[in-house]
Amino acid sequence: MSVQSEPTRGAGPEPTRGAVPLLQVEDLRVSFHTDDGVVHAVDGISYSVDSGRTLGIVGESGSGKSVSSLTTLGLTRSPRAQIEGRMLFDGRDLLTMEDDALRRVRGNDIAMIFQDPLSALHPFYKVGNQLMEAVLSHRDVSKQAARDRAIDLLELVGIPDPQRRVDAYPHEFSGGMRQRAMIAMALANEPKLLIADEPTTALDVTVQAQILALLEGLQRRLGMAIIIITHDLGVVAEIADEIAVMYAGRIVEHASAQQIFASPQHPYTWGLLKSIPRLDNPRGEELVPISGRPPSLINRPSGCHFHPRCPYVREAHKRIDPRLEPVPDDPGHEVACLLQPQVRGSIWRALQAGQTPAAARRLVEPAASAPVEATPLAEEAS
Amino acid sequence: MLRYITRRILWGIVLLILVSALTFILFQVFPTTDPALLRAGRNSNQADIQHIRVELGLTHPIYVQFWDYMKGIFLHFNFGYSYYSQASVTSLIFNRLPATISLTVGAVVLWVVMGIPVGIISAIKRGTFLDRASMTSALTFVSMPTFWLGLLVLYLFGQVVGLVQIFPGPGSYVGLTVNPVKWFTSLILPWFVLAATQAAIYSRLLRGNLLEVMGEDYIRTARAKGVREGRVIFKHGIRSAITPVLTVLGIDIGGLLGGAVITETIFEIHGIGLLNIQAINHSDFPIVQGTTLLAAMFVIVANIVVDVAYAYLDPRVRYS
Repeated sequence: MSVQSEPTRGAGPEPTRGAVPLLQVEDLRVSFHTDDGVVHAVDGISYSVDSGRTLGIVGESGSGKSVSSLTTLGLTRSPRAQIEGRMLFDGRDLLTMEDDALRRVRGNDIAMIFQDPLSALHPFYKVGNQLMEAVLSHRDVSKQAARDRAIDLLELVGIPDPQRRVDAYPHEFSGGMRQRAMIAMALANEPKLLIADEPTTALDVTVQAQILALLEGLQRRLGMAIIIITHDLGVVAEIADEIAVMYAGRIVEHASAQQIFASPQHPYTWGLLKSIPRLDNPRGEELVPISGRPPSLINRPSGCHFHPRCPYVREAHKRIDPRLEPVPDDPGHEVACLLQPQVRGSIWRALQAGQTPAAARRLVEPAASAPVEATPLAEEAS
Repeated sequence: MLRYITRRILWGIVLLILVSALTFILFQVFPTTDPALLRAGRNSNQADIQHIRVELGLTHPIYVQFWDYMKGIFLHFNFGYSYYSQASVTSLIFNRLPATISLTVGAVVLWVVMGIPVGIISAIKRGTFLDRASMTSALTFVSMPTFWLGLLVLYLFGQVVGLVQIFPGPGSYVGLTVNPVKWFTSLILPWFVLAATQAAIYSRLLRGNLLEVMGEDYIRTARAKGVREGRVIFKHGIRSAITPVLTVLGIDIGGLLGGAVITETIFEIHGIGLLNIQAINHSDFPIVQGTTLLAAMFVIVANIVVDVAYAYLDPRVRYS
């Protein structure tokens, strides 16, 4: 009984598992059958996360980043969804797990926080009760013990006066406090993996930094792995060890955070980087938006899915579907781009120097393209 | 909260005065048979009729009549006397109220018991055969006018007139205290007729609400923290989805207590609705006035009760 009344996991650090990562996703594919056709939300992605590490998954809405993480928790399961691949968590495949076994993993071993903490909390129940429910769903403890745990958790995430706040309703909290409460709820059972889906998007900028700092601090204390999903490279720059850039359901670039910011390889990543303001950019430099819209996931573009929006597209890119391949001389860096590595290097240097994408293209065009391939440029311009 | 309720009740009283003023005006403006003529009977002369007019106070101008009426209510709780039977309106209404309450309570229980589970199951089993079958039958019942459904069930099952005479027919109602068994059996068909449409409306309403709620972010949160699916549906989903249904329920009960005119007429249940219809036919103004006020009062009270209840059901709502 005394063991059960203690809601924390066994004391002592987790034994290191050696080479086996905590979560290993292999060739995950998720598609949904809708009245309009089959939506290929996630199209063969692989990644892994280790305990104590943070993976940032970056992409626009509709890139499949949220679907892939909801699939981790089995929350995309439905008669209309087709899910393939493998998702090994602690050696067990989450994709083939029975519903009830997966339920016991949810909120216990893997927890998740969401974008909008106001709509993610039930408006009719007190924050404390919602925290207690997270504890009681997985631990056979008394209500009083669960309530004590809820108060401890609120304190852990830096909510002042938790004794009193535990009886408040979500609408009585500020936005930042609600997200703290969501984080507290996710931490209720000390998960090994925390998935944060756009955790700061709905918050004020000052609060964003606080929440990220909180997540980092909690990770150091609890040693959990974090997957942070965002459209904002600024967010992952602060917190992620590794970054996967997703586009149209695929990972188009995957590397350590340093590599992504030092030598990004994919035109989409360049677009993301050039569209956020940075203090170390030259003064007066304009932000460059990525033109066009995310592609339909029902009728995806041929060849490289990014080609309709890519400023550096060649005719062949509309036919050839690029694979994720290692970047030469940059271990651990992978990219799915048909441009030659040295061409990519020149373009990025030109963009870094403040050139526009069109100017950067002209710079590399004579050297890299045969005369036959000069035509698509005119085509595209028309 | 107490101040809020007090304010609402005072406004309710003002509203009731306006309702009775409006009823007075309507009765004056629209042509009705002279109540004195009805009261005097066939073999009466002009002098008798004039005498009755004076006796009923009909010779006074309308505002004096209204003033006298209000004085009667506020000073003596006297709602006047029937032109037709001379009985006091209060006693007539109190005589008829048990039948209307019996009809209402049974019908409400029946439609809640039918409508709510059907709505929940339909939402959870969305798109299945069960869902489609329930929603099709719900649509059928919603489309049936009460007077038609009433006559239909009488034609099918009512004693004396029906094809399969298994339930008591029109005019079989007796009070609960007189004979509980007969009370119950006589009300089965009326309850069903009143409840059928409402059950259909409630099941559709709840299904729609629940489907919407189950798509909310907080349902995803509940699942993400590992809450069992049954608990997700009941504690998180239905808790939110049923709140607007309870609001409608309160107002519907209030409305029905004012008299279910069609059902009471078809089944000859001597409740408030039938009293009202008969009074209108007899130009029996004091009774019409009384039943109208009663119905208005039930609606107003139901609204206050619902609003106050809402503050307890939804913590975001606070009155000050």
